[in-house]
Amino acid sequence: MKLNELTIKEARAGLDAKKFTAVELVQACLDKISKRDKKINAFITVADDSALVQARAADKLIAAGKQLPLTGIPFAVKDAICTAGVRSTASAKILDNYTPPYNATVIQKILDQGAVMIGKTNCDAFGHGASNENSMYGPVANPHDLKKVAGGSSGGSAAAVADNMCLFAIAEDTGGSIRQPASFCGIVGLRPSYGRNSRFGIMPMASSFDTVGPMTKTVDDMAVVMQVIAGQDNLDATTVPDSVPDYSEDLKKDIKGLRIGVPREYFENKSIDPEVKQAIEKQIKNLEARGAKIIDVSLPLTKYAISVYYILVPSEDSSNLGRMDGVRYGVRAGGKDLFDLYANSREQGFPEEVKRRILIGTYALSAGYYDAYYKKAQQVRTLIRRDFDRVFSEVDVLITPTSPFAAFNIGEKSSDPIQMYLADVFVSPACSAGIPGISVNAGMTKSGLPIGAQIMGPRLSECLVMRVADKIKL
Amino acid sequence: MSLSIEEVRKIAQLARIKLSPAEEKRHAETISTVLEFVAQLNEVDTDGVEPTAQVTGLEDVSRADVSRDCAHKKELLAQMPQVENNLLKVPAVFKDEVI
Repeated sequence: MKLNELTIKEARAGLDAKKFTAVELVQACLDKISKRDKKINAFITVADDSALVQARAADKLIAAGKQLPLTGIPFAVKDAICTAGVRSTASAKILDNYTPPYNATVIQKILDQGAVMIGKTNCDAFGHGASNENSMYGPVANPHDLKKVAGGSSGGSAAAVADNMCLFAIAEDTGGSIRQPASFCGIVGLRPSYGRNSRFGIMPMASSFDTVGPMTKTVDDMAVVMQVIAGQDNLDATTVPDSVPDYSEDLKKDIKGLRIGVPREYFENKSIDPEVKQAIEKQIKNLEARGAKIIDVSLPLTKYAISVYYILVPSEDSSNLGRMDGVRYGVRAGGKDLFDLYANSREQGFPEEVKRRILIGTYALSAGYYDAYYKKAQQVRTLIRRDFDRVFSEVDVLITPTSPFAAFNIGEKSSDPIQMYLADVFVSPACSAGIPGISVNAGMTKSGLPIGAQIMGPRLSECLVMRVADKIKL
Repeated sequence: MSLSIEEVRKIAQLARIKLSPAEEKRHAETISTVLEFVAQLNEVDTDGVEPTAQVTGLEDVSRADVSRDCAHKKELLAQMPQVENNLLKVPAVFKDEVI
């Protein structure tokens, strides 16, 4: 097995046993990137030089016996997350030359362990999309079939992990941006509870929805990375003070007697591919055979989650992206006056979907429409939360497909925003409720594309959703 | 609910985004479709339902008011599109006025 194909746990064992060095491990990932990324387009910036410096420092820590769980482990970071001294564009040309002077808290925590940041991964610009086609640096190809999308918005991160260009990635999930590409690329992706991980240093999209989470090859690795990044941060006032449990320890427990809910609205959705449905139903039988109790439940408001999302998120977006104006940082376009400077910088620096979201949000928040759109959506959001609260008094976790279908063709949905928005129909509800959801590979289609299962649980139930996801095996 | 090209122009002006005539037309069409889609929320009875603005329930979060290490002047200046004498340069805000 090649070094870049190892999981975090395997690499840790090999590094600690001095079977190979961090420099060799990092070089194996960099070699894979230079060989393969012309076809995949997972990376916008590869940090070869700084990665090798960090790898040499990691080797010194290991030689001195001072290693931590992520020392010497190469990882990638979604380009919408700030990394000190390494260009961070969010896949939008308005930030083409932007090099943040600081690290996001979660990235700092990982680097403090002696991990190695090998580059910045492609995504839909500012996280706006479900296919990575809204990137101004080109789409990302799915490693399982280069004609298919990798999913979005964190498509580059998912493809980089799936194609063994790094051992894990850190990404961001506002409306499914970690789970959906994880599903399309056949890896593990966790959207944590809102408030579990710090969002400081994440380029904000919709502040009441944004979360940061890992993308890994296994659930075991997910537990390792979550242990490092979870917890309160005094630079993000929305992080919760609740203590962080021992995730790896909890994974050892079984699921006997655990009540797993199957929300019928997800399985009755008219866009669901029968192959996807069958794969998840097979996994449900497997979980039952391992002692879980399977319970049929209903979440009647499921079908409204996308509408709630596409009012509230563009509204928050239109406000958050006001800072992208070409004045203090990023790319400034010329103009005869200040208005022109703003309008030209934003015209040239944003792709069409970012403009659309800002326009929708500006409209929804404008005088006369606020109550009809924004307030109404906030009220339905309350009802979606209550739906989940009620169902979690009956069951411990829920299982659903992550996406109604496997990866679609590049170009298939890009001209129809509604079709693209509906690709997130199963991942969006958890975002309104702020609950955790994990996607794990649950099968393959006949044509060889991964199918993802999603496990959702009540707020701060990361242990439970990981424990159930860990029992899903091909 | 459909959005006219004039309305798109007005929103684009509020949002400080320049659009080509082709983009104005495309946004009028696609945003109208989105507005028609989200109108399904009118099926839901929300009388007396409190709106959700946040999900953690946290209130009045504070931290110690002490200085911390952060970006330095040189790094911040390096990100600015136009700098003169260590100051950020922008076009004049006021027109035809003697200050």
